[in-house]
Amino acid sequence: MTTAATATRGLVEITKVRKSFGATEVLKGVSLTVEPGGVAVIVGPSGSGKSTLLRTINHLEKVDGGFISIDGKLVGYEVRGERLLELREKEILKQRTEIGMVFQNFNLFPHLTALENVAEAPVVAQGRSKEEARRRGLELLDRVGLKDRAGAYPRQLSGGQQQRVAIARALALDPKTLLFDEPTSALDPELVNEVLDVIRELAKSGTTLIIVTHEMGFARDVADTVAFMDEGQIVEQGSPEQIFTNPQEPRTRSFFSKVLEPAFNI
Amino acid sequence: MATDYSSYRVVAAKHPWRWVGTAVVALGVLAVAWSLATNPRWEWGVVAQWFTAQSVINGLLETLKLTAISGILGFVLGFILALMRLSASPLLVSVSWTFSWIFRSTPLLVQMLLWYNLGYLYEKISLGIPFTDVRFFEMQTTTLISQFAAAVLGLTLNQAAYSAEIIRGGILSVDQGQLEAAAALGIPAWRRSTRIVLPQAMRAILPTAFNEIIGLVKGTSIVYVLAYSELFYTVQVIYNRTQQVLPLLLVATLWYVVITSVLSVFQYYIERHYSKGAVRNLPLTPLQKARKFFATHAVANNRARSL
Repeated sequence: MTTAATATRGLVEITKVRKSFGATEVLKGVSLTVEPGGVAVIVGPSGSGKSTLLRTINHLEKVDGGFISIDGKLVGYEVRGERLLELREKEILKQRTEIGMVFQNFNLFPHLTALENVAEAPVVAQGRSKEEARRRGLELLDRVGLKDRAGAYPRQLSGGQQQRVAIARALALDPKTLLFDEPTSALDPELVNEVLDVIRELAKSGTTLIIVTHEMGFARDVADTVAFMDEGQIVEQGSPEQIFTNPQEPRTRSFFSKVLEPAFNI
Repeated sequence: MATDYSSYRVVAAKHPWRWVGTAVVALGVLAVAWSLATNPRWEWGVVAQWFTAQSVINGLLETLKLTAISGILGFVLGFILALMRLSASPLLVSVSWTFSWIFRSTPLLVQMLLWYNLGYLYEKISLGIPFTDVRFFEMQTTTLISQFAAAVLGLTLNQAAYSAEIIRGGILSVDQGQLEAAAALGIPAWRRSTRIVLPQAMRAILPTAFNEIIGLVKGTSIVYVLAYSELFYTVQVIYNRTQQVLPLLLVATLWYVVITSVLSVFQYYIERHYSKGAVRNLPLTPLQKARKFFATHAVANNRARSL
């Protein structure tokens, strides 16, 4: 389905990750492996810990237990002998440039144009020249079909266009892995597909994608692996075929019976 | 078939009370203007004579100097205090809080006199390593704290306390998602503050900040207690000599009005600059509006003539 076989970077290994907010444990020992160039889709009811899991991968949330590595390199820590040293801010920022993230609410910088949004991080986080960042930014905007809107401010764009700029912005750092946190949840229904189409293209490009979404048809289409999360745990994972058509766990079945339309639920 | 009204004449709605209100206000404005112009006790001649007198201009320049220096230093220090207040360190937070608390709770006049009389409390001011005898620099306090230094110190520290709160409010008004997105992109902390958060915070900061600066322009008049020859002290000296109290106060007032008006124009354009991206399309500037008005009216007139 994807070119996973040819991709050589972007192996994501999540091992027994735990995270609590106050007294509530939102991640209860989650493990998940995504092969280089693979596409993992995480589904599940709201409050199941999907977004939190995604945010631990680029260290926006610090884990309380377990560890995450990308291409064998620990996220947020350095191995020194038998000890794990917490990385300093500067090194964490450097790691983050290898992990792109696309947010539910786009979070574009409203006072910068589409192109400035895309070209900002490569210059200040990777030290590329402004000229190069601009050129690459235009290329990426072209790739998401927005080259002619390069000079527009986010508020002058539709939701779907904003999210496509946000994807271009994440791609500008040439990340090994891209994280999508419900990328279409804030969009009007007729704008969802233009964003999903861009993600579909990316799925073929050899970048590892980890996607949290409620778009089940899309998930089935694009995923190598589907993980169903509930109450801070991955209840079941497998190929889209397995998970959607033949779920083993009662919780998975009951969830799909609520979200899948009858026609789809073969 | 429905009636076709297209040949009917449209009669605009009438607003008689709007006209009455306008007339009353216009009459009031006219009366005030008339009395200002005709009452000889305003002594406009004296006002005109002193308005551009060298001593008054010197005082004006001192006022501008005080405003500029204390305004800039005050806002820089206020920015640092705001960042301290938002930091994760409890010590920095409490120091910042205490600073604002003290300087907002004491009258500016008292602060000013305190700085000027610092020499009474501490004879010498020195820079060295605390709790040792090492001194890099030592000076008589009275030499170091001139009237000007006391004025700048008092105005700056007081201004910093207020602007810290304004800047903090502005920073808090920026959506948390912006910081998160910037962090996720690996943008360094300092750049996140200056490039992402501050420009967006400016929209909330600017209107109040200009209020503060305008307040500061007139606030500088308080340094007359230090006998510092800014605008207000200068006209006082003059009217004590000439006994033309009201006209000279009017000279000072008019200059304050001029400064404030210029600042208001700056405010308009700076706010407009920072509203880039916040509104879909920038509103026209007064100049652009005027041009558009004349352009469309010229067209209308031409059309009327050709009909």
